[in-house]
Amino acid sequence: MKQRNILIIAVVVVIALIGTSWYMLRPNQKENLIVSTTTSLYETGFLDVLKAGFEAKYPNYNVSFISQGTGLAIETAKRGDADMIMVHDPNAELAFLNGSYGVDRKIIAYNFFIIVGPQSDPAGIKGLAPLDALRKIAAAGPNGSALWVSRGDNSGTYSKEKALWKAADLNLTQIKGQRISGTNNPWYIEAGAGMTATLQLSNQKGAYTLSDIASFLKNSKEGNIQLVNLVQGGKEMLNVYSAIAVNPQKVTQAKFETAILFIKFLVSDEGQNLFGTFGAQDYGQAVFKPWITTYKTNSDPTLIQWVKEYAFFNGTECPDLYRYKADDLFS
Amino acid sequence: MSWQPLLDGLREAARLIETGDREVIEITIRSLQTASLGTLMAAIVGLPLGVLIGMRSFRGKRTVKIVFNSLVGIPTVSLGLLLYILLSHSGPLGFLDILYTVPGIAVGEAILVIPIIVSFVASAIESKDIQLRDLVRTLGASELETSIAILREAYSGVSLAVVSSFNRAFAELGIAMMIGANIRGVTRVLTTAISLQSAMGEIGLSLALSFILIAVVLTLNFLISFLQRGG
Repeated sequence: MKQRNILIIAVVVVIALIGTSWYMLRPNQKENLIVSTTTSLYETGFLDVLKAGFEAKYPNYNVSFISQGTGLAIETAKRGDADMIMVHDPNAELAFLNGSYGVDRKIIAYNFFIIVGPQSDPAGIKGLAPLDALRKIAAAGPNGSALWVSRGDNSGTYSKEKALWKAADLNLTQIKGQRISGTNNPWYIEAGAGMTATLQLSNQKGAYTLSDIASFLKNSKEGNIQLVNLVQGGKEMLNVYSAIAVNPQKVTQAKFETAILFIKFLVSDEGQNLFGTFGAQDYGQAVFKPWITTYKTNSDPTLIQWVKEYAFFNGTECPDLYRYKADDLFS
Repeated sequence: MSWQPLLDGLREAARLIETGDREVIEITIRSLQTASLGTLMAAIVGLPLGVLIGMRSFRGKRTVKIVFNSLVGIPTVSLGLLLYILLSHSGPLGFLDILYTVPGIAVGEAILVIPIIVSFVASAIESKDIQLRDLVRTLGASELETSIAILREAYSGVSLAVVSSFNRAFAELGIAMMIGANIRGVTRVLTTAISLQSAMGEIGLSLALSFILIAVVLTLNFLISFLQRGG
C-alpha cells in the first residue's frame, strides 16, 4: 500500500516538475519592459490602463510595473533592474540625470497635491493657502488640537511634504521631536507606508495629511476614508510626473529602445488621452492632467509657467547633455 | 457592523471561486508552482543533508543542528532582500537573470525551507533506534541504500518536513515580493496580491484572497493526509 502512495506522490511530483520546466524553458516571445514607478500611480490602478493601451498597440511587448516609491524606484533603475522610471520628484530626477543613470526625460502628466483632514477641521485650515495651513497646523499640534500623518518614506509625496514645511519656514526636525503637551505622544506621525495606508491611518486618527488627488479620490470613493479635501491649489502643490529612460551607456542591460518606444507612447496623443480620461467616469474628474496636450494647446498659461519653474532644469525638461538617441522626442 | 468586512470577504471569496475568476486562478496556480518547485529543490538538497546530519556524529553536530533549527524561523523579507541584492543585475549572481521571474521566487523559497527539511529529517532520523542503522549496514547495504532505508523508516518525519516546507513556501510573502515584485501576469502570487489589494484599500478582495489561500492549504493538506492514511 505504501508503495502505491509513493507512486502517486512521485507521479504528481514528476508532473509538477515537467510542467514547471516547460513553463520556465518556453521561449519568451515578447519583448519585456520593466518600469519602476511610484506607489501613487500604482495604487490608483492607472498603470493597468497604460499597460493595456500600450500592449494593444504593440502586441509583441510586455510591460511590467514595479511600484516602490520614487526613491526606491530610482535605486532599482540604477541597479539595472528596471529599464525606465516614472516618478514625481524633480530634485531626485535631476540627480538621476546628473549621475548619468538616466537620459531623455519627458514630463508626461501633472496634478495637484492636497491637504486633507477630518471634517471637523480642528485647526481651521479650510480654504487657506497651503503654507498658511501648515503654519496653523504646526501651531495647533503641540497643544493637542491637530495631528499630522506623514508618509515618512522616500516617496515623491514625502519629498513634496518636506519642501512645503521648509517653504513655510518650519523646522521639520524640531516638529518631529515635539510632543503633545501633557503626553509623550508626537503630534507629527510618521507612517512609513504607501499613500493608501497613510490615508487610512489619518482617517483612523482624525489627522491631517498631504495626499495626491488621485489616491484621495479613489479611497474616498471606496469608502475607506471620511477625510475631506481642505486645502488645494496653488503653485506649491503642483505634482509633476516624468518618465526617464535608463542610460544604456552606463547601465548596459537596460532595454533602451523599448523604453523610448514606451515613452513615445506616453507622450503621443493616444497616451495623453489615457491620462486625460482616467477617473473621469469614476470620480467626475480626470485625476491626471496630460502635460503634452496642455502644453501644445497652451490651455493654461499660468500652469505651464508653474511647471516650468518647478520641474524644468535650465529652462528645459531635459538638457541637451542628457539627450541620447531621442529622435523627435524633443521636437 | 464591525463583522461586515469579514462577511463581505467570505462572500467575495465564494463569488470568485464560483465564477472561476481567471486572474485568481492564474495567481493561485502560480503560488502552487513556486511553492512546489521550491519545495522540490529544497528536498533534493535538504533530504541528503538531513540524513547526513541525523546519522553521523561529528564535532560541532549540536551547533550545526541549532543553526538549522534557528534558520527555520528566518524572516522571509530579510532573506528576500538578501537574495535581491545577490540576484540584482548589478549583483554577483545577476547573470542568472532570474530576478522578477517565477523560477527566481522558487529558488528563494527553496532556500527558505531547506532548514525546515534538514531540521525535521535530522531529528526524525535520530529518533530512530541506532541499532536499526547498524542492522541495515550489517546486511551489506551501501551508504546510499542505508540512507534510503532509514528514510523509509523515518517516513512520517520526512513527509512532515516536506509538507511543512510546502506550507511555508506557499504562504510566505517576503521572498515573493522582493524577488518577484508582484508583477501582474508574470510574478503575482496569492500572498503578494493580498498585500497589494490591501495596500490599495480593497479590503474585501484581499480578505477573499486570504480565505482562498487558507482553503487551498487546508485542501492540499487533507489530500496528502488522506493519501498517506490509505497506505
